[in-house]
Amino acid sequence: MFKSIVGRILSMLLVLWVIITVTFVLMHAIPGGPFTAEKALPEAVMKNIEARYRLNDPLPKQYADYWANLLRGDLGPSFKYESRSVNEIIAEGFPVSAELGLVAVTLSVLIGIPAGMAGALYQNRWPDHLVMLLATVGISVPSFILATLLIFCFALWLRILPAAMWGSPEYVILPALALAGMPTAFIARLTRSSMLEVLAQDYIRTARAKGIAPFTILWRHALKNALLPVVTYLGPMIAAIFTGSFVIESIFAIPGLGRHFVTSIYNRDYTVILGITVFYSALLVLMNFLVDLAYLWLDPRIKPEGED
Amino acid sequence: MDFSPLKPTAEMLQKQTRPHLGFRQDAWLRLKKNRAALAGLSIIVFISLLAVFGPMISPYSYSDQTLANANQPPSAAHWFGTDNLGRDLATRVCYGARISLAIGIVASLINLGIGVLYGGISGYFGGRIDSVMMRIVDILYGIPLLLYVILLMVVLKPGLLNVFIALGLVYWLRMARIVRAQVLGLKELEFVLAARVLGASPRRLIFGHLLPNSLGPIIVTLTLSIPEAIFIEAFLSFIGLGVSAPMASWGVLASEGVVTLRSYPFQLLWPAVAISLTMLGFNFLGDGLRDALDPRMRR
Amino acid sequence: MSRKQATALAVILFLMLSALTLSGCGSKSGPKYLRVSVGAEPETLDPRKSTGIPESTVQAQLFEGLTTLDATNKPLPAMAERWEISPDGLRYKFFLRPGVKWSNGDPVTAYDFEYSWKTTLSPEFGAKYSYQLFYLKNGEAYNKGLTTADQVGVKALDDRTLEVVLEKPTAYFLSLTSFHTLYPVPRRIVEANPKWAAEPKTLIGNGPFKITNWVHNSRIELVKNDQYWDAAKVKMPKLDIILTESSSTEIAMFDNNQIDMGENAPPAEYPRLKKEGRLQISPYLGTYFFAFNVEKTPLDNPKVRQALSLAIDRQAIITNVVKGEQRVALAWVPPGLVDATPGSDFRTIGGDYFKDANFEIAKKLLAEAGYPEGKGLPAIELIYNTHDVHKAIAEAVQEMWRKTLGVNVRLANQEWKVFINTRSKGAYQIARHGWIGDYADPMTFLDMFETGSGNNDSQYKNPRYDTLIRLAKSTGNQEIRMKAMHEAERLLMDDAVIAPLYFYTRVTMVKPNVKGYHRSVLGHVYFKEAYLE
Repeated sequence: MFKSIVGRILSMLLVLWVIITVTFVLMHAIPGGPFTAEKALPEAVMKNIEARYRLNDPLPKQYADYWANLLRGDLGPSFKYESRSVNEIIAEGFPVSAELGLVAVTLSVLIGIPAGMAGALYQNRWPDHLVMLLATVGISVPSFILATLLIFCFALWLRILPAAMWGSPEYVILPALALAGMPTAFIARLTRSSMLEVLAQDYIRTARAKGIAPFTILWRHALKNALLPVVTYLGPMIAAIFTGSFVIESIFAIPGLGRHFVTSIYNRDYTVILGITVFYSALLVLMNFLVDLAYLWLDPRIKPEGED
Repeated sequence: MDFSPLKPTAEMLQKQTRPHLGFRQDAWLRLKKNRAALAGLSIIVFISLLAVFGPMISPYSYSDQTLANANQPPSAAHWFGTDNLGRDLATRVCYGARISLAIGIVASLINLGIGVLYGGISGYFGGRIDSVMMRIVDILYGIPLLLYVILLMVVLKPGLLNVFIALGLVYWLRMARIVRAQVLGLKELEFVLAARVLGASPRRLIFGHLLPNSLGPIIVTLTLSIPEAIFIEAFLSFIGLGVSAPMASWGVLASEGVVTLRSYPFQLLWPAVAISLTMLGFNFLGDGLRDALDPRMRR
Repeated sequence: MSRKQATALAVILFLMLSALTLSGCGSKSGPKYLRVSVGAEPETLDPRKSTGIPESTVQAQLFEGLTTLDATNKPLPAMAERWEISPDGLRYKFFLRPGVKWSNGDPVTAYDFEYSWKTTLSPEFGAKYSYQLFYLKNGEAYNKGLTTADQVGVKALDDRTLEVVLEKPTAYFLSLTSFHTLYPVPRRIVEANPKWAAEPKTLIGNGPFKITNWVHNSRIELVKNDQYWDAAKVKMPKLDIILTESSSTEIAMFDNNQIDMGENAPPAEYPRLKKEGRLQISPYLGTYFFAFNVEKTPLDNPKVRQALSLAIDRQAIITNVVKGEQRVALAWVPPGLVDATPGSDFRTIGGDYFKDANFEIAKKLLAEAGYPEGKGLPAIELIYNTHDVHKAIAEAVQEMWRKTLGVNVRLANQEWKVFINTRSKGAYQIARHGWIGDYADPMTFLDMFETGSGNNDSQYKNPRYDTLIRLAKSTGNQEIRMKAMHEAERLLMDDAVIAPLYFYTRVTMVKPNVKGYHRSVLGHVYFKEAYLE
């Protein structure tokens, strides 16, 4: 077990190295640079700027320098936002995105799993149909439409919630709901479907035959096994939601990290692109590691990865 | 006695295939009995027919403009109203179905073809193979999608093909992880162990036992993937991939409708209804298919 | 559903509902200060380094240059109370207003200006807009590292006197001194802390307001600066600047009474806002146009270019698509720029060069070019950067060309920086373009099409045009300059290097009770004298 965990950590570092390298190559391969602008800069001015940011160094040197700084924990200065560092950008944005993400994930788990269980327990009866209808609409409506509808309804029509911005708790409600919509629907469907499969297993039939109450069966025996796909989904989803959603953060003008995933690429802000990619990827591989550990707990028969 | 092999006759071929056909017929019969699944199928057929024939019947083309008639609410002349350039929304929604249904189908094929297979193999073999395969998934998850989308846009000519390529690169990762998790759990179950002891080949185990028993999560993941792909296409078209204006998919129509929601809500309504209806269809059909194909449901 | 689950669900629903009602206490009337949305997060608030409109809008409240522009673009005394210009137009002497102070109480001196301009020009500093100071003697040479800072034509003679020597006579230099690149920075603060502009505490300015808080990607809070020389005229105690790049967010906040003014209303909402009396349209020095690449077939044929330009119904696009009461552009230089005699307008004197929607002539020209009714015309592609307005315009024009000329043009949209790259490399046939003036003189538009200019995306090369531009740049004599520039513009239009569509307007949503602010044609808003009724 210990050996496999060490191996896993090494392979995670390898994954990060590949991601950084590929991202580095890709971002330099696409047209345009951080200082490409509508009004073309005179050549001499461009040279001065590139010298200042060491963009005139050969790419291998820039790559090596990046690593040297990265290993010291320094993600470099932003090219777009003067005198701001990538470390600052992440330190300011992540707590905001994570707060919103935590609320959204909690909502989607607390609503999605019980709703899915209800659907499975009342298969093909009205609670099931209701849950599935809502879930289908939920997964067909993406967050940007849901967000707009929520703003329309609660801010512009009912006038009980702010339309955008960030601050006191009331600012969290609409973006959290918009963000939670699709995951909730998906979790509900996933829970229902795997719950149905588990319920068809022999040991559950046995338990039923013994006269154990349906809810106890569901809670004690079925849920744990049925959670396998849900947990699998939650891993990358938590990494993605905690680092923020571009769509939600720009619609609600939330000063989180999510917007930078897209804008840094539009801006060709190289250091920010790499910095947040490293940050997100580290979180992602960590989450997937935790998911694999969770498998062992959910289903003791599964062997730890790397062992055979 | 002549021990040379018989030339297979038509009759024999039929005999050999009959049990197989019977299996399919069995599934088809059960699907037919499922009213929800049939309803789903009819919705999809109906929308596909609209996609094919709608633009032909309509007196307008998807690009005909009458600037003076812009943003008209639904009327007898324009059933769904008109858009910001006075184009007939009904025609545009029908036309958009062609693009968005194609996207949905390709996304499903990618999920089934790459995702399910990848996850199945990774989960079945486990150990080092699983480790390597899952780390590759992590890598693909980690690299920003937008970067290779922009690169694709620069390298390829615009068109639907580059949307398919962009989807093919990454649009199976979630499916792969979910199938793998399922297979990891299933392969330790008694019936799989029994089959293995009896000498079933990995191929037979994966396709005959592990994947059919993972159908539930596969179909659920698939039904999520279709609408997502439809909206990813809208995002890609924002970058410059996909069909060029004035052609528009449902995703693009919906994104444009969101902007004008306050003044002309019907412009969002129609594409949104079209997408939701299609998804209802796919969901009903998906659930029906699962019930029909799931080996355990045959008991 | 079991009872336990039902209870859990009920609790969640209850919590959400109570959160909803608790928060429903927002008052209908806004606070006693102005809340305004100016656009995206500023890249920097250091006036020497910034380039964009959101940046300079915030800076216009925090800083003040030697001069400031009034509503008609006339330079008025600001930090400088008066100035002297040598007869050859090369030497300026600015006399600073007595008692002008930075927001921390330090005096604003001529040395601050000298320091600011020289650092902007220094090669190590790497300022993007350093070229806005190339008018100074040796400014460009210093920026290229060919000479030293003390050779640059700006020098503080004492605390209150700034002497400026120009490379060439520049008629519009006084309006340039109101531009943000030429604002002063507090030398003492900046030398002590190069990151001074990143923190509200050290971001010291000399304008009507001072910064107290900056939440990145969210808001900037300004309060009245009591040290400002004209503080008596500043009525607004506080300015809350909201940062968002999304126009739909902006309009939602406006409709929800979270802001009083927004600079980026979505065009779809213009008619409604106008009906509600909350839309304000003001002139903006810019031209929206399609650039033809004169080196690519079939656009290397001027008759094809003319035909395409004449077949556009500009008024229909303005009325139905952009809706901001823009003016039909039948020339290149927008209105609002003074001609040779004070009070005259360059555009009025130059007049229109062709007629809008001249379909008959367009058809004739295309036939003369050898493509009657579009037959035999090689494939043409029109590129635009992704934006709903650009897309709608491109679609409308595509349809006009198809209907009137029988020409089928393919549309292609590109991500912004890819688009800029394609366009500046000349790897296109027709490209959407828009140009906003940097300073109040026709030259800010006309030198764009000089051979070899970094912004000559049309790849236009005309020696006569170049001669005219050089002539206009070499003299301070307005008669000669304007005549040369009118002639240059005629060449550009006769050759149909571009198809101008409309002259921009600045469309803002603003509550009727917001008064007293003013706006320059360059797009800057000054809240100095703003108040709420």
